[in-house]
Amino acid sequence: MSELATQIRPRRRQGEPAHAADIALQPTEPLAAPSADVLLEARNITKSYRRNRLEVPVLRDCSFSARTGEITAIVGQSGSGKSTLLHLLGTLDIPDSGEIYFDGRRIDNLSRRQRDRFRNQKLGMIFQFYHLLPEITAYQNVLLPMMIQAGFWGYLKNRTAFRQRAQQLLQRVGLEHRLHHRPSELSGGEMQRAAIARALIASPQILLADEPTGNLDQQTGKRILDLLNDLNENDGLTIVMVTHDESIAAQCHSAVVLSNGTTRRP
Amino acid sequence: MYRWILCWRYLRTRYIALASVVSVMLGVATLVIVNAVMDGFTAEMQQRMHGILSDVIIESRSAHGLENYRHHVERIRRIVGDDLVGITSLVHVPAMVSIDHRGETITRQINLIGIDVDSYADVSDFSKYLLHPENQQRISFLLKESGYAPARAHFPESGWEYRRKKAAAEKQLRQLREQYEREQQRNAMLREAIDQPPPPTVASETSPESMQFGLEPTTSRGLSLPSLPTALTVNDSGEVESSSEPHSSPVRPVAASSEQQPSPEHSTVDTLTPRVDAVATLASDQARVFDAEFQQHEGVVLGISIASTRYRDAAGQVTDYYYARPGDDVMITFPSAGNSPRAINERFTVVDFYESKMSEYDATFAFVPLEKLQRYRGMSADAVTSIQLRLREGADLDAVRDTLRRAFPLETMVQVSTWRDLQGPLLAAVQMETTILNILLFLIIAVAGFGILATFFMIVIEKTKDIGILKSLGASGPGVASIFLGYGLLLGAFGAGVGAVAGLAFVARINSIADLLEVATGQEVFDPTVYYFDSIPTLVEPMTVVWVVVGAIGIAVLASVLPAMRAARMHPVKALRYE
Repeated sequence: MSELATQIRPRRRQGEPAHAADIALQPTEPLAAPSADVLLEARNITKSYRRNRLEVPVLRDCSFSARTGEITAIVGQSGSGKSTLLHLLGTLDIPDSGEIYFDGRRIDNLSRRQRDRFRNQKLGMIFQFYHLLPEITAYQNVLLPMMIQAGFWGYLKNRTAFRQRAQQLLQRVGLEHRLHHRPSELSGGEMQRAAIARALIASPQILLADEPTGNLDQQTGKRILDLLNDLNENDGLTIVMVTHDESIAAQCHSAVVLSNGTTRRP
Repeated sequence: MYRWILCWRYLRTRYIALASVVSVMLGVATLVIVNAVMDGFTAEMQQRMHGILSDVIIESRSAHGLENYRHHVERIRRIVGDDLVGITSLVHVPAMVSIDHRGETITRQINLIGIDVDSYADVSDFSKYLLHPENQQRISFLLKESGYAPARAHFPESGWEYRRKKAAAEKQLRQLREQYEREQQRNAMLREAIDQPPPPTVASETSPESMQFGLEPTTSRGLSLPSLPTALTVNDSGEVESSSEPHSSPVRPVAASSEQQPSPEHSTVDTLTPRVDAVATLASDQARVFDAEFQQHEGVVLGISIASTRYRDAAGQVTDYYYARPGDDVMITFPSAGNSPRAINERFTVVDFYESKMSEYDATFAFVPLEKLQRYRGMSADAVTSIQLRLREGADLDAVRDTLRRAFPLETMVQVSTWRDLQGPLLAAVQMETTILNILLFLIIAVAGFGILATFFMIVIEKTKDIGILKSLGASGPGVASIFLGYGLLLGAFGAGVGAVAGLAFVARINSIADLLEVATGQEVFDPTVYYFDSIPTLVEPMTVVWVVVGAIGIAVLASVLPAMRAARMHPVKALRYE
């Protein structure tokens, strides 16, 4: 752990020029515009689930921000609402109240279609259980976001470029020897690498990671973290990482602790 | 793109879904087969009907028929113009045929049709259905020497060969019987003479020749033939039957009155079949006895079912039994022309059989030459009862009919109809049967659709996590839905395609399959005693197959709509949590 800690130097990076031009503009509230280097921000979010007519509050007045070029950790006990917050940040779900901003634009009130495009183009996501499609090879899994983005004809037209990029990415994550293996033929670490490659293929501005090492042994988990750090350092990738491991959080640029449905600085 | 890749992968890895399209496959195959067989029957039937009825039929309801028909024919030619290919005039009368068979008389109700030999072939497929190869070229209404129905197995010996044998046998039989009668008579006289010695006046009353015969030594032979009267109807030496033995009897007394008095059998037949002048004149023209061995009556072509019956013999073979055959004589009874018709009996010689394999026609049609029927009925040679037209291929029958209806209004007792009008109810019934069968069989495919629905729901639930993943990657609801719709489409296309191919293969080999089933189950699938077709007729309409396939695919896609909608609506977070 200490090794990791020394590796990751807290460091500020100049925010990438903000452009979210291809997200349809929503009427934004100028007052609420965040500072330039905050890429993803949640303000006063409330979210509750209904279970058997019983309202179970998960997030209460929860705020969060992730700066461009940083790795931000969200730490918390199991069931503290970490994943829910991440899903809200990733527009997979809509908060009951509160607002979420990406690159200065509100994203929680976008239409379903716009949110789908946002997820596809601006966001990469990796999960504890990797979530690769079991029917297709690692290579095809990596290509999946491009297939979704480009449509049938667009994909056919640009498939050489897409394939090249997929190969590069798989090489980057160290999976060039497992291109045509199914997920079931890969180890946990390999699956997570493939998932990272998949998350990166559409050149997203931010990567949301939900317990990326939660299902891996320490050694493998460390390699995955190394890979994420490397991506952050060399490619300037902004990362939001949910973890219950405080030692991992300690190595990130910043961290928030989620407990009782609200965030606080550790 | 991902949709198609995933569809394809699902198709390759989910064999249970393939099982669910087996029913689609079977439904499509059944529909293809049923339609092919129904269309085959319909086409065959229509072809036969059309072949007989020609295109347009002009019938007169009057008892005198259409007078001066040549004038009408010219008029029709002018009206119809270029569309006309053939035209012929006919006399149509209801009639009864009496066939003598083994001493019994079989009567059948028939349609007697007088045809104009030269023009009838232009209009109808009549000659195609005759049994003798020469008659198929041109019908002559003269008995052929032999060679009837070369293609038919077990067709009995027919023609002049048979007729001569029969006549010779009959002659022999008659002589024997006459001899027997004479000797019976003599015996009786002798016995009388012995019992009570008569006065000479009694003896002189009997004819001297018969007395002379009586004294001949053949007496004992005559007495030794007590079984002869009962053997009259048997006499089955080879092919020859004594069935129509009395045929020549109405003729014989005309010129042979000096001969022996007819036997009791003869006299009963005589009351049944009174002497006919036409035949008598025919015979007396030549100033000779009508000799069945060398002469024939006017020829008639009988529908084959009039004179035969089809049955299954002890060995299970389909066999025809003939009551009469070419070479036999039959009696036909028909009404005379005019306002108070009388029954006319006329003797004809069967010169050929007519087999169109339309049971209705084969069991009722009998053809004779037009001018003979006109003469027998007492019609003028200018009168016919109907005119048949054959039109150019592709001509508008209804338009021609309507034009002709204006030329022949109903007040003239003339009815103009197309062959479809005449067979309308039958064609409509077959059509309706086909429609209902199609609806019922499509219901089977619809049932298969529910199987697909259930299977797809299970697949959607199984794939919940994948759906969540796709959504987290930015796939839209409709995009996810289209995976399953596409899956349904692929499965439907697969099932319908395989079903159509299987159905077509079945149709192509339907008769050998029927034979195989017969052997396997011992149950006759296609009974030739019921249908007059030798094999199951089939006709594949490509458009029908296309519609069946399209319909089946449509049902498969429809069945996948609900599961697809469920997949589209699935909440990504819940789907991702699903383990």
